[in-house]
Amino acid sequence: MNTTSIDPSALIACPNCDLLHTARQVSEGERLRCARCGTKLASSRPNAIDRTLAAAVTNAILIVAALFFPFIQLDGGGTRQSATLIDAVSAFGTGLTAPLVLVVAAFIIVIPFMRASALVYTLWPLRFGRAPYKAAPQAFRLANTLKPWSMAEIFIIGVVVALVKIAGIAQVSLGPAFWMLTAVVLVLLLENHNFCRWTIWQVLGKHTQA
Amino acid sequence: MDNLASSRKTYASLTAREAGLVACTTCGLLDHPRQTCQRCGAALHSREPLSYQRTLAWLIAGMVFFIPANLYPMLITNTFGSEQKSTIIGGVIELIEYGSYFVALVVGVASILVPLAKFAVIGLLLASIRRAWKLNPHQRLHLYEITEFIGRWSMIDVFVVAILAALIQLDFVASVNPGFAAVSFALSVIFTMLSAQSLDQRLIWDSMNETDRHE
Ligand SMILES: [Zn+2]
Ligand SMILES: [Zn+2]
Repeated sequence: MNTTSIDPSALIACPNCDLLHTARQVSEGERLRCARCGTKLASSRPNAIDRTLAAAVTNAILIVAALFFPFIQLDGGGTRQSATLIDAVSAFGTGLTAPLVLVVAAFIIVIPFMRASALVYTLWPLRFGRAPYKAAPQAFRLANTLKPWSMAEIFIIGVVVALVKIAGIAQVSLGPAFWMLTAVVLVLLLENHNFCRWTIWQVLGKHTQA
Repeated sequence: MDNLASSRKTYASLTAREAGLVACTTCGLLDHPRQTCQRCGAALHSREPLSYQRTLAWLIAGMVFFIPANLYPMLITNTFGSEQKSTIIGGVIELIEYGSYFVALVVGVASILVPLAKFAVIGLLLASIRRAWKLNPHQRLHLYEITEFIGRWSMIDVFVVAILAALIQLDFVASVNPGFAAVSFALSVIFTMLSAQSLDQRLIWDSMNETDRHE
């Protein structure tokens, strides 16, 4: 086959197995899958940018707010104490607890917040039909790299397990910050459903390559 | 679906590499070979260099740290002056003794079964790239996707320990501290995730195609 005659812009390659497919417009709600391995190649979700942006803004606000409200309340020895996430993180300083808490804080607060901010930065101008900001490709790449490292949903289940373990020692109740993080998880699930990074890259590409 | 069907005829099982093209793994842009992607600026490689070696190195690191994670205490509890240490398995047994069977199951699966399964799957995939192991490619892909999806959940016990340590600091009669196992387990999960991410899946399909042709 004469390979020099192939126009790359008319084709898409499967990111998993490298097989070539003819590129075409995907109709609304449809998903294009790889003929060999079944990987999703493209999907058209109506208002993908609007919804992803809305989810990212909501998450950024919820994460910041969750820092300042009580996360958990503990009744034991006749007194009641409540702790915000910041209290919990800053209370540490001894032994192995400090590095562990830094890792936990990164996975549940810093990385989800960075990811939400990077998405807002990327999508905000696109939402209003303007050209993307200069660093939009880098920001969107960062958002995708951070995705598996954002673990708020695992943390929420971890809190529930911890409550079961502690049930014999003290009375524990959940504060508003816990429910805010739970809301973050639900918004992330919705966002995942609407998110198609290939669609967003195409929109970004129209501006950067032109 | 018409276009998809016709593409199979025109480029019958032709990969981007065979067509002399390179697909960007970050943004999906297909292009002629060049240093960096025109659209997203990521480094452009037909196959990630040293993917096999990097995956293997991270996998070994993950497995090495999994050993102390199971031998050393995960949680050190001080109640009224008496110290109690519990390992990962000890914690699961404790939950069973409390009668919290479901929670015990979640923690047991996430902290023991999932990491072991993930080591095995990445090991099998590496073996299949070197064609030391023949496996249906669809099974391989499903195995990879499943472990990729649930692998992160192994982190749950680390979170539980951190939450307990933070909570009990508020209390006066007891104190809880994470043991050495908590840190080594967290590192084991992180290294295994990096291992899975280093694996360029296109290599798996390359090896399969070559096998087809030889047989
Ligand atoms: Zn494919
Ligand atoms: Zn790219």
